[in-house]
Formats: sequence, structure tokens, C-alpha cells
Amino acid sequence: MRTAFVETLCELAERDERIFLLTGDLGFSALEPFAERFPDRYVNAGIAEQNMTGVAAGLAMSGKVVFTYSIANFPTLRCLEQVRNDVCCHRANVKIVAVGCGCTYGSQGYTHHGVEDIGILRTLPAMTVVCPGDPVETRLATRALAQMNGPGYLRLGKAGEPVVHLRPVPFELGKAILVRDGSDVTLISTGGMLAEAVAAADQLAAGGLSARLLSMHTVKPLDKLAVLHAAEQTRAIVTVEEHSVIGGLGSAVAGLLAEAGLPGIRFAMHALPDELRATVGSQAYYRRLIGDLVARVRAVLDADSNIASPTAGEPIGQMQWK
Amino acid sequence: MTIIADTSLDLARRIRARSLRMVHEARASHIGACLSIADLLAVLYSQTLRVDPVNPNRPDRDRFILSKGHAAAVLYAVLAERGFFPARLLRQYCKDGSIFAGHCSHAVPGVEVSTGSLGHGLSIGAGMALAARRDKFATRVFVLTGDGECNEGSIWEAALFAGHHRLDNLVAIVDHNGLQGFGKTEDVLNPSPLAEKWRAFGWCAVEIDGHDHAQIGKVLSEVPAECGKPTAVIAETVKGKGVGFMENQLAWHYRSPDAEQLQLALVEVEGPS
Repeated sequence: MRTAFVETLCELAERDERIFLLTGDLGFSALEPFAERFPDRYVNAGIAEQNMTGVAAGLAMSGKVVFTYSIANFPTLRCLEQVRNDVCCHRANVKIVAVGCGCTYGSQGYTHHGVEDIGILRTLPAMTVVCPGDPVETRLATRALAQMNGPGYLRLGKAGEPVVHLRPVPFELGKAILVRDGSDVTLISTGGMLAEAVAAADQLAAGGLSARLLSMHTVKPLDKLAVLHAAEQTRAIVTVEEHSVIGGLGSAVAGLLAEAGLPGIRFAMHALPDELRATVGSQAYYRRLIGDLVARVRAVLDADSNIASPTAGEPIGQMQWK
Repeated sequence: MTIIADTSLDLARRIRARSLRMVHEARASHIGACLSIADLLAVLYSQTLRVDPVNPNRPDRDRFILSKGHAAAVLYAVLAERGFFPARLLRQYCKDGSIFAGHCSHAVPGVEVSTGSLGHGLSIGAGMALAARRDKFATRVFVLTGDGECNEGSIWEAALFAGHHRLDNLVAIVDHNGLQGFGKTEDVLNPSPLAEKWRAFGWCAVEIDGHDHAQIGKVLSEVPAECGKPTAVIAETVKGKGVGFMENQLAWHYRSPDAEQLQLALVEVEGPS
């Protein structure tokens, strides 16, 4: 995803003189292509994210299209008030790019887990929240965000995620991509969990269950129609994300479904539990903690089952921090 | 030159009086902070800033950011005096459904940036200065911060950035009135020596009397004070300046003058009617 982003931004900057890239001194051996080609529109702002975000807002207020770049929570939570006041309040044309979101840097520890960002950023007025599912969506999202006037958040994984979309896909901010159609259950995935959702849909199909799969690359504004159609046309909805069970895609979809008051729709959230763990591990380790997606889908379709979503405050790990 | 100085003195009197009326009517706080910077704003808006109320969005205009956004009343007052909007609208300050928020709002014509949370303005100003340099505009960016505001780490991130990038079209004016939330700045979180700190961050720092219009006008007309460096103007000021019973009184960061206090204050500011 990271490579797709940098390559796309270089293409865009070639044609659009307004594009700036600011980094919080991260992106070594990734951002150099941009820095070398556009040295007067590349600023390493140093390890100072509050200032980087304020500078970005000031540049945007003077007509520039500014991308800020750092990893996990540094360009978002570290400088959240600059994002809120300087960027969102002024509808400044700033796009915040975070790499290594979710549990990409799993073994690096809790400081490096970007697992509350969607929930926090989607509460900000004027903010568009985009979590591409694969490198193809990353390219398309980068283009779309550059063309959109106003604040945006681009939530990326790392380098080397599998390509899910092997054929060209239509891409519009706020419109889910129908990856495959199905009639029993709808999986709604955001971000890098897309490949896992595809694998789960394959397994479900092998077991005789027809799963619709939506890639909800834009969490805000949410594609409400796609969700409501899924609620009408399939028996259950399961949201899939590498994010806390609080505040992310699952919460957004849950709120929509509750308000719509559709009878009989079953719903589950496949997301990280709201807990602190002393133990660390790889991204795969954290994904296993979320649970088995296929089992969760089967459970939600089974009327008598009690396999619940990882609800708020419910510990699922053995090794809690004291 | 004398005529210009008289104009700024006159403007300072008018915006002090307007601020007093506004905070009285709205029962709002922060009159001390408004009076502290009235002379700085009067000189900026009568002599220094290349801004045009008729064409307020000219790309090459100077920018002014009031980073200590709680002094919004006096900024609104000076913008009204400069013709950005009719002065009668000032009565809407802090009222229901009004755009005149208690902290600076860019919904108000002439206000470049919404501020209120301290420590935000200088970074935004640095971004504007960087954009102006790239666009080859003669734009200068003036950011007025409080001395208490210099407690914020983000001020020093911005100072480091502007010094490193040699943004000599950026000016930080520090309203050094020596008072903040709970008392004297030196007792809360001592910022001294301020000028030396800015110099250590790569700025050219100049200390002036922040109520002396000739000094203010001179230093602001001569920026950058040193080529290749951003300019820090440490303005020695008195919180509540111009109203004897408010001067250097922390209470007037919070209190709003009642009708009697307003009249006493107006007599001092405007002279007997």
C-alpha cells in the first residue's frame, strides 16, 4: 500500500503544482522518489507532528494540496487537536496519511498499534475517512483524495499487501465496492482485512453459504445505501476491520442499522477487543485474537448460537497487564 | 508620520472602548487580554498590514493570526474599524446564533484563522509563510501569541521549524504582559529569558514597549529584522492597559465589567464625555 501511495502521489504531483508532501521524519526508503523529484514541495518537518499539521493547514489556507505522512497514531492522535481545529474547522485541504495502521507493527507494542484511529477521526466534522483494502484501492483512493477539496484521512497498512482487485474496479469516495455478490450474508470489510474477508467468503461458499462482500474503503461518509440493501437482501451483516470494536466501521454500521429499524437483521462485528494486553505478536497473531471470521459468520447465521462480537470491556486474552 | 501615529492612537482608543462595551454587554471574560494588545493591533491595522477589506482574499496579502484567540473582541473591533464589516455587528459578540464567537472565528470577515486553543497559530503562520515564499509573494505573516501561550510545546516546534527554514517573512509578536491563568508567568512556568530563547531557535528577537506606537510601527515596518531569519518581537505590555483599575490585575482575565465599572473605564479610555 505504501509503495502504491508514493507512486500515485508522484504521478499526481507531476500534474498538480499545488501538491505538497510533509513527513514527520518517517518514510525512510519510501518517500525518496517524491523528495528527489519535487524537492521544493517536500518538507521533512521533523519529529514534531503538531507543527507539521499546523504548517499543513497554513499551506492549505494558501491554496496548496497538502499530504502529511507518518506512521500509526503519530499524524492523527499525537496532533489530534491540530487536526480538529486547524484542519477540520477550516475545511483545509489537508490529507493525513498514516502507514502501519491496525496491527501492522504488532510486535513493536501498543504505542505502534493504530487501532482507535477510525473511531476518533470519524467523529470530526468535515473529515473523510478512507481505509483502502489493497494496493489497487490505495492508488484510486490517493487520486480521489487529491481531487477532493477538504480534509481527508488515508489509513494504510505497510508494503506488500496482496492485490485483491485483479480487474479494474470502479472507485468513488463514499461508495462501497461490491467485490462479490451473495444472498445469505454480507461481509463488509474496511482496510487491509479485505484479503481475509475474501478468503472467508471462499470458505463459506465451499460450505454452501453465499456471502456478499463489500469493500467499504470509505468509512466516512458511509455508503448507507449499500449497507441498507445488504440488510434487506441478505440475512446477516458482519463487519470486518483491524480496529477496536469501539468506534470503527462496526459502530458506524451498527448505528445505521439500529436507526433503520429493519426487522430480523442479524449483525456481528469482527474487530479487536477493547483491551490492553501485555503480550505482543505479529499482525497475524492479532488477527487470530479477533477470532475466526468464518466461525463468526456461521454463528451469526445460527439462531441459537451465542458466539458474540468482542464487546466493549470483555477480555479475551490470558495475559492482561497488571 | 505624526498624522499616522495620531491615527493609530485614535484607533487604539476606539478599539479599547469597543472591547469594553462588547465584553460588558456579553458578560464575557478576557478584557485584560484585549487591552494588553490594543496598541499592537492598532498599529498593525493602521500602518503595517497590507490587507484590503474590499478585496480580502488577495493571494499576496499580508496575514495576521491572533494565536491568543481569547482576545477576539479587540480583533473584531479593529476589523470593524478597518471596514471589514459594519461596526453595529459587534453587538452580536457571544450572542446566540452569532458568528462572533468568544474566541477568534474565521467566519468573521477579515479573521484569517480560528483560534482559541493556545499554541496553534504559529505553525499555521509558518505554513502560510512557506507557501508565500514558494509562490514568490511579498506576503508577510504576523502571529500574535501570549507569553503564557509560550508554555505550549507546539510554539517551540513551530519556532524550531521557522528558524530552520529561515522563514524571514514570518513575525511572532509575543504579548509579554507577565500574567497567565493562575498568576505571574514567572511563578507558573517561567518563560524567561524570552528573547534569548527565540534567538537560540534561530530567530532575530527584538524587545520593545508594546504600548509605544512609534516603537511598534518602527519594528514592524522593518521586518525582517535580520535577513534570513524570522523575527520575534517581544512586546512588553501591561495586562488591562489603559484602564487603571484593570492594569496588572489577574482578576480582569476573568471578570466582566458591570455598568458602573464600564463607565469608569470608558472615561479613562475615551476621556470625559
